[in-house]
Amino acid sequence: MSYIIKGETGDWEVVIGLEVHAQVTSQAKLFSGASATYGGEANDHVSFIDAGFPGMLPVINAYCVEQAVKTGLGLRAQINKRSVFARKNYFYADLPQGYQISQYELPVVGVGEVVLDMPDGSSAVVGIERLHLEQDAGKSMHDQHPSLSLIDLNRSGVALMEIVSMPDMRSPEQAGAYVRKLRSILRYLGTCDGNMDEGSMRCDVNVSVRRPGEGYRTRCEIKNVNSVRFVMQAIEVEAKRHVEVYEGGGKIMQETRLFDPNKGETRSMRSKEHAHDYRYFPDPDLLPLEFDDAFVARIKATLPELPDDKKARFMDVYGLSPYDASVLVVERERAEYFEAVAKGRDGKKAANWVITNLFGMLNKAGLDVTESPVAADQLGQLIDLIEDGTVSGRLAKEVFEIMWEERKDPAVIVEERGMKQVTDSGAIEAACDEVIAANPEKANDIRNGKEKLIAWFIGQVMKQTQGKANPGAVQEILKKKLLG
Amino acid sequence: MTKLTSLTIAQCRDGLRKGDFSARELTATYIQAMEAHRDLNAYITETPDIALSRAQDADERLKAGTAGAMEGIPVAIKDLFCTEGVLTTAASHILDGFKPGYESTVSANLKKAGAVMLGKTNLDEFAMGSSNMTSYYGGVKNPWKRQGEDTDLVPGGSSGGSAAAVAAHIAAAATGTDTGGSIRQPAAFCGITGLKPTYGRCSRWGVVAFASSLDQAGPMTRDVRDAAIMLGAMAGHDPKDATSANLPLPDFEAALTGDIRGLRVGIPKEYRPDGLDPQIQALWDQGVEWLKAAGAEVREISLPHTKYALATYYIVAPAECSSNLARYDGVRFGLRVDGDSLDDMYMNTRAAGFGSEVKRRILMGTYVLSAGYYDAYYLKAQRVRTLIAQDFANAFKDVDVILTPTAPSAAFGMGENMDDPITMYLNDVFTVPTSLAGLPGLSLPAGLDTQGLPLGLQLIGKPWDEETVLRVGGVLETAAGFTAKPALVGG
Amino acid sequence: MLDKSTVRNIAFLARIDVPDADLEPLAHQLSGILDWVEQLQEVNTDGVHPMSSVTEMTMTWRPDEVTDGGHRDKVTANAPAARDGFFAVPKVVE
Ligand SMILES: [Mg+2]
Ligand SMILES: [Zn+2]
Repeated sequence: MSYIIKGETGDWEVVIGLEVHAQVTSQAKLFSGASATYGGEANDHVSFIDAGFPGMLPVINAYCVEQAVKTGLGLRAQINKRSVFARKNYFYADLPQGYQISQYELPVVGVGEVVLDMPDGSSAVVGIERLHLEQDAGKSMHDQHPSLSLIDLNRSGVALMEIVSMPDMRSPEQAGAYVRKLRSILRYLGTCDGNMDEGSMRCDVNVSVRRPGEGYRTRCEIKNVNSVRFVMQAIEVEAKRHVEVYEGGGKIMQETRLFDPNKGETRSMRSKEHAHDYRYFPDPDLLPLEFDDAFVARIKATLPELPDDKKARFMDVYGLSPYDASVLVVERERAEYFEAVAKGRDGKKAANWVITNLFGMLNKAGLDVTESPVAADQLGQLIDLIEDGTVSGRLAKEVFEIMWEERKDPAVIVEERGMKQVTDSGAIEAACDEVIAANPEKANDIRNGKEKLIAWFIGQVMKQTQGKANPGAVQEILKKKLLG
Repeated sequence: MTKLTSLTIAQCRDGLRKGDFSARELTATYIQAMEAHRDLNAYITETPDIALSRAQDADERLKAGTAGAMEGIPVAIKDLFCTEGVLTTAASHILDGFKPGYESTVSANLKKAGAVMLGKTNLDEFAMGSSNMTSYYGGVKNPWKRQGEDTDLVPGGSSGGSAAAVAAHIAAAATGTDTGGSIRQPAAFCGITGLKPTYGRCSRWGVVAFASSLDQAGPMTRDVRDAAIMLGAMAGHDPKDATSANLPLPDFEAALTGDIRGLRVGIPKEYRPDGLDPQIQALWDQGVEWLKAAGAEVREISLPHTKYALATYYIVAPAECSSNLARYDGVRFGLRVDGDSLDDMYMNTRAAGFGSEVKRRILMGTYVLSAGYYDAYYLKAQRVRTLIAQDFANAFKDVDVILTPTAPSAAFGMGENMDDPITMYLNDVFTVPTSLAGLPGLSLPAGLDTQGLPLGLQLIGKPWDEETVLRVGGVLETAAGFTAKPALVGG
Repeated sequence: MLDKSTVRNIAFLARIDVPDADLEPLAHQLSGILDWVEQLQEVNTDGVHPMSSVTEMTMTWRPDEVTDGGHRDKVTANAPAARDGFFAVPKVVE
């Protein structure tokens, strides 16, 4: 799957790396006992520590450390039993301490990887460079007052995991698949809710272009992109911009840019006359973060089956295609629903029903699988009714729609509405006779060799029986009657 | 009858329990004395109402038999400790009007032990200085004068207000903080006892930070026993400070057995720089003789990296301070000087709010952490610091305690030594190495110089071994028999 | 030796306004201190770890419990400028 930009001077390849800030799921903040819950009255989820008051000191939240380690394990990454918190010094209105406590030289999690599942069934591996723990900043609002910016520190100090990928992605689709896969893994682990609308996951996208086979060129960082769609769009327009600049004989400056989805363009964040100099140094209020193998082992024991393993098992146990399996494992709840349906049944048929019919309806209704009006065991019962010939495949779709509306078991619906498939050959024979009698000319045509017309007769008989006749039986009887 | 203000903590404790006087009487006497000596400028904020109300509570607990270790003892709190609802300034213009909504752990511990807060004492701005001359609220006068002279002398710094208050008997004791000598040097200059505990012994929570890896609170008292009593009340594990030690608290007062027979005392040869004041040298030699006479064994030791300690300190401390003081930005508390943009507001506020020494250190610290210089300065200094700490660790394989002078001179005149920062920094030459290594250090008055000014000796101990330091301090104190008092308290 | 422009640059990093007239004397003072600390370069520190904690201890951790916050009035009580529970600063144009 190659994504090539055709320029006037030849082909260009895009090189993408992502930095994802994922909010750690926890009750309290990383270094204070204030609530990490989203929202609330301005400055209500704020301790004096989060507000950078004199003499206030950080103390680390043990659960946030566990969550970071758990995420590292989920990314099959190296876990560093000794890591160091450093201060990143800069002034900003929503950074009350005048520095962000982050990890610089020694992060808690090192190199790992994420496997992407592409729509064509192929896979791609994206390297993880590191994952570190850090505090979030507060929020500045610039549009509430004519001459003032207003500061709310509710988010100040909330624990974030910054997950930095290697520059391994080569198309907007891969970048989108990466964000979705990362989100899927974090949700499986329960370490981040992945809610991009509330800012629980925010992406900084590094983009550059190059001639195929060439080394890396200058990259630009697009800050704070907050949906998968925008990540993909931003890459597309930024890569195009690079190509245009290069082909116009210009140079790309390494800089930070913002994506404007309304205008479909990126623009430079007003470059400061003074470059940033963050003056990182180990935070003297915190000793090195240390834990032992037993701590890691304890967390490892709590890991759920992750999407990649589940996908492999679904392919193996249920005979699913890589793509179907990857669609089913995106969310743990979807996978669980599927397994409940597939239990004791044909896996492929179950997957088909879940993906095509159920997911289709859920998407249209904007519902989560946990909110599905059709329960997994009900869908299973419907598949059973098809299998034992009680309903035809055609009517089954109608039954499913009624189940969605009325929330009843399929057997009840079939019974109430007389939707049982007719297999009684007497009744089918009578219907066939009736159709043949009504269309003597067409019947003659068949007898004279126009055998293709038999399909038309089958359709007529099905109509006559309101779809309840078994199509196989109809064909057999018609053949016997018309062709002898 | 002896004046109540001349009693030690231990004597007050006995008097209060016996009912010789009440906490209210004692406190009222101190409030009078405090008000009578405002010319010293030892206090930035006086809190007589708080003092009287706590004294009343103390009397009730004394009556009920539930008295704490410092019940009813009037103490001064260095204005670097945040005190709930009470102006807290760090002696800086930038904390104008700041009343914290919280109480520092150390001052809260003292309150819990029954101590009565008289007020908040003056200091060098953000504890940066050795003379108390950098305070936005003006310098503090040392209660001591040179014989036959009226020149005003500095009390030392940064805990100059606390030292002066204890020496002038306008507080029974006071809290100090020590980053490079800020308890010990002013204690020596004012003829009182000051103890910097092991780093991590007293919580830093609620203490305005100067240099986080060095800052440590400690007691400033009339004598060694009082230092032991007060340390016990101040110290202890605090889960709110990640660098606070989770260790049991010994009974420090019980360590004062008076018996140091067989104890090994180290004398570092590197602490005899050329040009060391002969009076200081003589006092140090005298100290050695006193300890020998008490049965200790004295050995020469080597701390080879001593000469690099000051330079190391003046990289590490400014680096940490440049970051610690970034929060004073005019947004959430304290002074704000408006500007056209956010950056202008920051720059105006910090230019107006910080004094010149604080600015100098912030700029220095910013520089040594900046891109391209971090390795050469900050990282290098932290490596040398490891060597300095190793020097002590090696020495303590052979000795139990180390004896040195506290400061290279007696108190100097207000306005002297102000021209060149490095001359001022040299005041801390004997105290800084201990701070860099995080070790406990005690200064006690051991004699007078020819001009009648007090001189101090310093005892340095192993990590967490304040007990030995106090025990040897007690013996030294008895031998020295230092009873001189500044003229204003009639000594 | 620090020059004026370096001092101007670090003063901006530290957000301290330094009048032009003060740059030269400050550069001189800071250079004096830097010359003096230069002596550290003569110490051999090969293989020496930079100090990360003066005493041997392990860092205190806390449990994941909400024990703080819910006092916005106290948090904003000392603010030089506050509006409806927010801190207020000169408008930032992004
Ligand atoms: Mg980043
Ligand atoms: Zn980050």
